[in-house]
Amino acid sequence: MVEQPVQVISNERDTDAYFRLVLRAPEIARATQPGQFLHLRIPPLRDALLRRPFSIFQANGETVSILYKTIGKGTDMLARMGAGEELSAIGPLGHGFTVPARGGETPLLVAGGYGMAAMYLLAERSPQKGIVFVGGRRRVDILCEAEFRKLGWDVRVATEDGSYGEKGLVTQPLLAEIQNPKSKAESARPAKQIQNPKLFACGPTPMLKAVAKIAEEHKLAAEISMDEHMCCGVGVCLTCVIPVKTASGWEYQRTCTEGPVFDSREVVWEVAK
Amino acid sequence: MNLSVSIGKLTLQNPVMVASGTFGYGVEYSRLLDLNQLGAVVVKGIRLGPVRGNPTPRTAEVTSGMLNAIGLQGPGVDGFVEKYWPFLKSLRVPSIINIWGTTVEEYAEVARRFDAVGGVGALELNVSCPNIKEGGAQFGTDPKLLARVVAACRKATTLPLITKLSPNVTSVVPYALAAEAEGSDALSITNSFPAMAIDIETRRPKLANVTGGLTGPCIKPIAIKLVWDARRAVKIPIIGMGGIQSAADAIEFFLAGANAVAIGTANFYEPQTALAVIAGIQDYLQCHNITDIRELTGAVRLS
Repeated sequence: MVEQPVQVISNERDTDAYFRLVLRAPEIARATQPGQFLHLRIPPLRDALLRRPFSIFQANGETVSILYKTIGKGTDMLARMGAGEELSAIGPLGHGFTVPARGGETPLLVAGGYGMAAMYLLAERSPQKGIVFVGGRRRVDILCEAEFRKLGWDVRVATEDGSYGEKGLVTQPLLAEIQNPKSKAESARPAKQIQNPKLFACGPTPMLKAVAKIAEEHKLAAEISMDEHMCCGVGVCLTCVIPVKTASGWEYQRTCTEGPVFDSREVVWEVAK
Repeated sequence: MNLSVSIGKLTLQNPVMVASGTFGYGVEYSRLLDLNQLGAVVVKGIRLGPVRGNPTPRTAEVTSGMLNAIGLQGPGVDGFVEKYWPFLKSLRVPSIINIWGTTVEEYAEVARRFDAVGGVGALELNVSCPNIKEGGAQFGTDPKLLARVVAACRKATTLPLITKLSPNVTSVVPYALAAEAEGSDALSITNSFPAMAIDIETRRPKLANVTGGLTGPCIKPIAIKLVWDARRAVKIPIIGMGGIQSAADAIEFFLAGANAVAIGTANFYEPQTALAVIAGIQDYLQCHNITDIRELTGAVRLS
């Protein structure tokens, strides 16, 4: 974890309200593990003081990139920043995904909207190629499909309005695959179960909750990445907490420090928002 | 140049500390800055037992500030001593433990427990947290109750006592006087201001707790005035805090009557702020040919 000024290399529109920001940050790039995040101070914000957290999408040698949607004051201002401008970054932060061991689990990734970005490094570093299920409201909400295909992954798309892929929620094709495998993924022969599947998910909380339920019903392990409102990013302010089971009940744990990735069985979903 | 200041029997190498609740238990920021450069580390409020804290959302950004209603989540005395004290004890700078309770007796018991821990720099009595149903602010908005808390803690420990006052009173003076009279070695001024923000689309309060405490640069002028009011009433040291982002902000607090300052909300967005403030104070003293930080306290010119 370091705090340092980082330079914008490029900041381009991806689709619709989504942008890709590439930053020169060698120290952060080298240290990044799948599922970790960056905490950015956007200098033109002035009277909006707090940093904004973003999942790290790609980390290559000297650079890290994020994929973000313009949803408010911070991201609107971020979208206006150009090459050569500087931001302050703290990162890489958080406890990320567990990369499967060689010959271990086959990952089934479940992503909602820009949740896709948080899963790319996991796909890149997993020794077993798996399937990524991606969902969004409309076609423009389906991001970086090409990058996952380039890694040799099977990509299954669902949109709520049916404008691309299957019509409906992302959990439908996931459930269909688990109940009746038709995977073309590595080492899976036709009509044969994927070897040792494990779920990994990032997206809106209702989606994560649904994935956790599927995992429980099918006795699969699932790691889920929570997207919570955050303030300090390093574990002191206790803003980003979620309810997590303990021996004697439950306690609030920090998404920025104990998370953002949690075992889905540890989360107290009845209490979580 | 002298930067060191005293709070009771505690001497600080410089007058810049970090405010309770904005710096965790120190260890969280230890990878981003050298804590041994600070005047002191003030840890998040601790009561006798563990505290779960409030539901989320717990914070909201507002213009030049933020609201929080964390609800003093914490590990309790035993959890703190086991998990965090070994690290804090290893620092060369003192740790000030912010303590609270729901009864006068609990405050005194927590004070007694920390007295026995050994090596604690001072205790800061939190009688001003606006975000918990029981305890906290109720003790800070009734001078008689405040006097009882301070007196009970004074009996329970020989550690320096700092009373952190609530801004949510008509005048801070009776509270400052009560704390001084009962043996408080210093005052912290100020805690957060009760406040509220509403999402106009959902029409819901931005905090699950509905209301919270306002902090950040937007409160600084009000905090300066509270320090100024208290300075004219008491002789004990005042630790000024409220929206400090720079050495200039800190120097305003000194001129209004503070003997030391604490960096709060700024830690969240610029973790290096306290170190920048220390360096900036040194520059200011040098530029103005001042050899001792203590000359600045209350040195505002009124005519």
